[in-house]
Amino acid sequence: MTTIAADQPASAWRTLVRGLQLSPEFRVGLPVTLLLALVATAGRVVVPVAVQQTIDHGLRGPHGVDIGAIRAITAAAAATLLATMVAAYLMNVRLYRSTETGLAALRVRAFRHVHDLSVLHQAAERRGSLVSRVTSDVDEISQFMQWGGMMLLVSAGQVVLATVLMAYYSWQLTLLVYACFAPLMLVLRAFQRRLDRIYAIVRERVGEMLGAVAESVVGAPVIRAYGVQARTAERIDTAIERHRAAATSGQTLAAVMFSTGEVIAGLANAGVVAVGVLLGINGQLSAGRLVAFLFLVTLFVGPVQVATEVLNEAQTAVAGWRRVLAILDTPTDVPDPAVGGVARALPPGPLGVRFDHVEFSYPGGPPVLHDVDLEIAAQTRVAVVGETGSGKTTFAKLLTRLMDPSSGRVLLSGVPVDEVAFDSLRRRVVTVPQDGFLFDATVADNVRYGRPGLADDDVVLAFAELGLAEWLDGLPAGLATRVGERGESLSVGERQLVAVARAYVADPDLLVLDEATSAVDPATEVRLQRALEGLTRGRTAIAIAHRLSTAEAADEVLVMDGGRVVQRGPHAELVAAPGRYAELHASWSAQSTAR
Amino acid sequence: MSDAPRTPPGVLRRGLRVLALAVREEPWVFAVALAGSALYGVMTVISAVVLGRVTERVVLPAFRSGQVTTGALLGGSAAIVAVAVVKATGIVFRRIGAGRMQFRLQATYRQRVTRQYLRLPLSWHQQHPTGELLSNANADVEATWWAIPPFPFAMGVLVMLAVTGVALVVTDPVLAVVGFAVFPAIGALNFGYNQRLTPLVTRAQHLRGELSTVAHESFDGALVVKTLGREAAETARFAATANELRDEMVRVGRVHGLFDPLMEALPQLGTLLVLLVGAGRIQDGTLNAGQLVQVAYLFTLLAFPVRVIGWVLGELPRAVVGYERVARVLAAGGALSYGEHPGPAHSKPTSLELAGVRFSYAQAQVLHDVSFEVAPGRTVALVGPTGSGKSTIATLLVRLVDPDDGAVRLDGVDIRHLAVGAVARQAALVPQHTFLFDDTVRGNVTLGAAVDDDDAVWAALRLAQADGFVAALPRGLDTLVGERGTTLSGGQRQRLALARALVRRPQLLVLDDATSSVDATVEAAILRGLREVALPSTVVLIAYRRSTIELADEVVFLAGGRIVGRGRHAELLAAVPAYAELVTAYDRAAAQRVQEAADRDVALGVDRDVAAGTR
Repeated sequence: MTTIAADQPASAWRTLVRGLQLSPEFRVGLPVTLLLALVATAGRVVVPVAVQQTIDHGLRGPHGVDIGAIRAITAAAAATLLATMVAAYLMNVRLYRSTETGLAALRVRAFRHVHDLSVLHQAAERRGSLVSRVTSDVDEISQFMQWGGMMLLVSAGQVVLATVLMAYYSWQLTLLVYACFAPLMLVLRAFQRRLDRIYAIVRERVGEMLGAVAESVVGAPVIRAYGVQARTAERIDTAIERHRAAATSGQTLAAVMFSTGEVIAGLANAGVVAVGVLLGINGQLSAGRLVAFLFLVTLFVGPVQVATEVLNEAQTAVAGWRRVLAILDTPTDVPDPAVGGVARALPPGPLGVRFDHVEFSYPGGPPVLHDVDLEIAAQTRVAVVGETGSGKTTFAKLLTRLMDPSSGRVLLSGVPVDEVAFDSLRRRVVTVPQDGFLFDATVADNVRYGRPGLADDDVVLAFAELGLAEWLDGLPAGLATRVGERGESLSVGERQLVAVARAYVADPDLLVLDEATSAVDPATEVRLQRALEGLTRGRTAIAIAHRLSTAEAADEVLVMDGGRVVQRGPHAELVAAPGRYAELHASWSAQSTAR
Repeated sequence: MSDAPRTPPGVLRRGLRVLALAVREEPWVFAVALAGSALYGVMTVISAVVLGRVTERVVLPAFRSGQVTTGALLGGSAAIVAVAVVKATGIVFRRIGAGRMQFRLQATYRQRVTRQYLRLPLSWHQQHPTGELLSNANADVEATWWAIPPFPFAMGVLVMLAVTGVALVVTDPVLAVVGFAVFPAIGALNFGYNQRLTPLVTRAQHLRGELSTVAHESFDGALVVKTLGREAAETARFAATANELRDEMVRVGRVHGLFDPLMEALPQLGTLLVLLVGAGRIQDGTLNAGQLVQVAYLFTLLAFPVRVIGWVLGELPRAVVGYERVARVLAAGGALSYGEHPGPAHSKPTSLELAGVRFSYAQAQVLHDVSFEVAPGRTVALVGPTGSGKSTIATLLVRLVDPDDGAVRLDGVDIRHLAVGAVARQAALVPQHTFLFDDTVRGNVTLGAAVDDDDAVWAALRLAQADGFVAALPRGLDTLVGERGTTLSGGQRQRLALARALVRRPQLLVLDDATSSVDATVEAAILRGLREVALPSTVVLIAYRRSTIELADEVVFLAGGRIVGRGRHAELLAAVPAYAELVTAYDRAAAQRVQEAADRDVALGVDRDVAAGTR
């Protein structure tokens, strides 16, 4: 099972570069968009320039107030503003189009990749976080790109333009403004580092809080049955309070940080006025330029304040992006050979199984299967039995290539299973897992999930063939009964019945039942089993069995213990010989049958 | 934008109501934020006035005369710095106040929502998908108060605009007319922007929810998707919604792209207008250059804050949707009502009675007139085919739900008359699906109940056959299990859940197929243990395994939500054919198989040939 590096400390820059590499859509037409952004930014210095021109050439011209000149100045400025507005409109439209296209593609790619990762079906508790990788994490990137990221870009452009203009007006005052703002940058960096730490804590507390809240929902029956509402409430309140405290302290720091920019701007303005006047007296500066300078200083404050706002958002977005990229960078542990390679199809006809010295262990864990070496002939019905932890489920997962062995090979009709295209493999080999997961749809839709387009009549026929016609008739709306979220409107056993029907209509050549009827009542189970026996005749069927009635019906029984196949043979033979199977069977029949 | 979607009527009104609610909830914090914001607003205008004065009295005379006094220069500079410091103070108060207000409101409403989750009956939970409830407590609460951070700022901007109006009128009535034209225009533009944007954003938000639902379901069903090779179809399903969201956001971009530059340019155009009009006024001699600079500067300073009002308006639709979802949870009634009866004083097994119980879920009646009673200390097995209503009875017995009709009585008392917590003190249910808290083994077993000592916990674990694996865990009883803890197998989890029930020494123990994931040998040991310890408890158990059924003194046989047989196992076997069919299914299957095997031996060769030929 793979693990996904959640917050691997790849630098923000590397994340961005990698992110842009993986989403070429972002780069489509980017130069033009950036050019438009630059033109749009130019709009911000129009007013200061107009003020300077008005004062120096309109108000303080050689002949006093010159209305004609001022008209020309304001008209030119207005025209420039209109042009920058058009540029801004085009820039926004292009930006939204390219980022949204890129992010939609990124989402879909990540979604597909998650389905290829075994962690998805092996660590149920991580599913929530996987969902957020294709939803909220991507939303955060989108928000940042269209709002914060753009603000940063425009702000940077604004600082550059303002600087150029200021330097043109007066290099001395420009130095002065920089002397005021440079220390601020250092202070902000220090603040930012502290803020980073606080926000990391906030994110952690969010996780704790979500976990605590989830308990009150998912654990609702247990909380009520045991009357532990007060205790649960206390746990939740603590988590909520801890989150609030952390978020508040971050906010307080950010507030102080934000306001320092305002004070620095005041200092810069005061300095500009004092030094500017002195320069003016020496004839090195005009009044218009001095006033324009004061306007330009406001262009400096904005970006500094934007930066304090946006950097936090940027971090969230980069963290989100990192998480999405981590998904895409996690290699598929069970890759489809048809993707970027040469794959084979399974030969037609019934499938035989061969395990060639197969070993399996989870990464960093002890071996779960030891040297399993066996052959199952095509068209046989085999039951695999053993206690919990004996390795029987692992056996089933290797057989259907939900996992690959650590060493050794699994072959289906002589073809190594890891060379078979998924398309062929999944059509020919179908597993019915114990957890009869159903989609929130009708019974009929769930049954035809593996065979889209199957007619209702055929679904009814399938239930009838499985001996479940009576059960189907008992449902409130028959085939059209909605099963609810995860099938929860049906009982656990009923869900398993639908799951068996779903696998049955998929018409596989090798059917693997992994405790597929563990919650079904004995009479229905026996009926279902007998139906399946008839229906699977001529195919290969392997049943991982919890109830040994399945073993009794099989052609052959594989007995697993401690990760090894310890016995093998027909039920009648094994039950008569002393050994693991005889023990299991004795214990089972003492509980389940009249003998 | 052929058919421009409109904001649903009343969003503004409802949104303002949410803001008013926020003020009522946190009046003091809001007052601080508002005071800070007003200070900031006033100081912004004053900073422009100061700058204008400095220009007129210090800068321009100096440029004209070529000399300046140090005092004037220092005085002007000091005034500018002082104003900036006071303005910054206003910002600090405004931001800290707004932040506190937002986080306090979030925390309060999260607590209220989760309190409801704990208070409302299980039937309410069953009607609401898990994902929806989680997002009510998290995302929806967040959305409700999303407009709070800019809210005091926006109120301060109103103050700022009022002061600006006064300052403009005082400075020059003609320039004031320009201001009164420009700022309302920005307001109108803001309003129009939100009108156009709101429906798009609302739809995008809805699509985000849909996307999340698809992803949740698809990932939950990953094993089915994989085993049936349906990844491509699932991806197509997800992509369809993702692309819809993309298109909606591109539409958002178009509206944003149109209005954003407009709103930014409007104050700038206003400034140019001020220059043009002001120059004329200077020529007339009614205005001086300093005043012109002051007004122009004021326009520049106001350009950004004025947009904050738009931000608040822009967040309102989201806040309204969030609040309405949250309010629905908070307003949900139908909590179980409790009586005053404290429950029995003794700690002996209770008697149990179901009288004429009917129960239905949304679609269908699950129980029809079910009545039976159990004497204290007896063990009763509920047996019946899949879907016959057994689990429903289990939830009725510990009052997770109430019957539609009829009553459940413990020691003769209708459990609806028992006081809060009395049922949980008497009865313990071990449900079919195990739920573990994110806590230690000890915490999961005791659930905070006053248990004498660890010996009691170990005794319960021993009885549940869980002592062995718990002792082997890295930190024993202190090992964290649950979502972020050690992963346990299904059987191990079930045994912990069983220990959780046993440690309480309940007077009524309800086991709903509670050992289904436990190996046969372990289950046998558990059942033996229960019998040998002579648990002082009435036991109702749901099971298919014959050994479990045989443990019972009596069997209640259900089919289709009705009791169709009752008595000792042996009696029912003889008297009720359906019961016999159910519990002897394996025996008969085995017997039949032996018979068939004998037949097949005869026809072996033929059978194999036929089978091979059919494929």
